[in-house]
Amino acid sequence: MKVGTNAYLALSALLFTIGVVGVLIRRNAIVVFMCIELMLNAVNLSFIAFARSAGTLNGQILAFFVMVVAAAEVVVGLGILVAIFRKRASTSVDDVNLLKG
Amino acid sequence: MTVLAVTATERAEFLTFVPLALLSVAAAVGMVLSRNAVYSALLLVVNFFCLAGFYVLLEAQFIAVVQVIVYAGAIMVLFLFVLMLLGVGSEDVLKETIRGQRAAAAVLGLLLLGAVGAALASGGFGSGSGSLAAANQGGNVQAIGRLLFTRYVFAFEAVGMLLVVAAVGALVLGKRRA
Repeated sequence: MKVGTNAYLALSALLFTIGVVGVLIRRNAIVVFMCIELMLNAVNLSFIAFARSAGTLNGQILAFFVMVVAAAEVVVGLGILVAIFRKRASTSVDDVNLLKG
Repeated sequence: MTVLAVTATERAEFLTFVPLALLSVAAAVGMVLSRNAVYSALLLVVNFFCLAGFYVLLEAQFIAVVQVIVYAGAIMVLFLFVLMLLGVGSEDVLKETIRGQRAAAAVLGLLLLGAVGAALASGGFGSGSGSLAAANQGGNVQAIGRLLFTRYVFAFEAVGMLLVVAAVGALVLGKRRA
């Protein structure tokens, strides 16, 4: 009945995997972004689980910084998406293939 | 059986953890599978709230509140805003660009889960759960603030700089060329 660190880590791994599969199968760039957010949050969960397991707050601070970097990443990423949409009128990741060899 | 030995706190944590875990996994799966991007965004909000619940269970009250305000609040509003701006009508195309991509993605996901699961099962981290009672003495927010402005003050300033750069970058990207 005890919820140990392992339970949180297993849940974190499961959420991360769902995020990875989402990035691989979805074509809408905004949904791909959401899946990346899901992965970042899964990692945050394991950081905070480790923080309790270690008995220090360093993991929580790290999770806080991950959140800030994620916010910056979302701002720039969505800006790029809007810029691409103006040119192509589409948010599908398959339509951006100018660099394709 | 160890069931008799558990304390009331541990039972409460268990009884909160299980429904929250089920709900968060269900929301994540629904987000990936939902055809409509707006449903995906709303399910992601549900998932973020579940994670905030886990953070409370893990004695990270400050991070839990930040999670709700920054993630479920600010970031998801940004997502929905862009979603509405770019048009909800652009549904996902069902055609696979690369043949067998979905099956391959599922197999790769299972492999990844298996690898991480094997690492967990090898018992590297133990099944115990530590306690932050000593570190959180005098309040979680106070303790985090003290760390943030002493040991991590350089990272804190750097991250502030990063946010400024990101804001300016978004402005440049969003600007319409005359």
